[in-house]
Amino acid sequence: MKEWFAIIMGAFLLVLMIPILYRIIMGPTGFDRILGVNVIGTKTAVILVIIGTLFDRVDMFVDFAIAYALLNFVGAIVVSRYFNRTVPLHKMERPKPRRRRSVRT
Amino acid sequence: MIEMVATTVVSESVNSPGWFLVHAIGVGMGILGLVFFLGTAVGMVRFPDFYTRMHAAGKGDTLSTMFMLTGFGLVMMEDFSASSWLLLLKILGIVLFIFITTPTSSHALMRAAFEDDEMPLGEKDLKKIRNRARKANSK
Repeated sequence: MKEWFAIIMGAFLLVLMIPILYRIIMGPTGFDRILGVNVIGTKTAVILVIIGTLFDRVDMFVDFAIAYALLNFVGAIVVSRYFNRTVPLHKMERPKPRRRRSVRT
Repeated sequence: MIEMVATTVVSESVNSPGWFLVHAIGVGMGILGLVFFLGTAVGMVRFPDFYTRMHAAGKGDTLSTMFMLTGFGLVMMEDFSASSWLLLLKILGIVLFIFITTPTSSHALMRAAFEDDEMPLGEKDLKKIRNRARKANSK
């Protein structure tokens, strides 16, 4: 019955990922998308542990989860440092650079 | 439905009486993590601004991941063998890693967004949004 707990918890995690996927697709700025990808990547580490429960090889899948969390962190840091040091994102996206808000008022 | 499965998980471990409390704490922490992740998901959709969305995502994501991983580590424990302790220790290592790195990456992203001239919403903008919503409701 421990497997059923794992299955239902993974299903709830997948269902709750849908709003974050909506934010990744529809997000007004690029940073919203990066943030959503970061959240989903962190949850994927949890889902890897859950999959390890289902296969009865948790000791192996925990190492996968460590590697995935590390890659996720490195990806977020690299993207944020890149946008911090080089051309601003809205200059890449739009031709006319000016200070603006992503929410239209 | 999740309460039913949780009670069956807990009641199965009644046969080994020492593990009842550990498994109950593990299942409770898993469900608490799901609650915090629900808060993250709702905040990511509903909040008006990038910085408020960052607030919801950074805090809720960190705490829910820590709760869920610790809960699963406790549910996995069945005996006091060396491999079982090693597994719990590895999972707690992931928890420590996420506890350090997720706030760091949130901070780096927020700093990048602020230096990218993304302005936070002020009082006047919130009033404008509220007035527009009121007009849309009255129509």
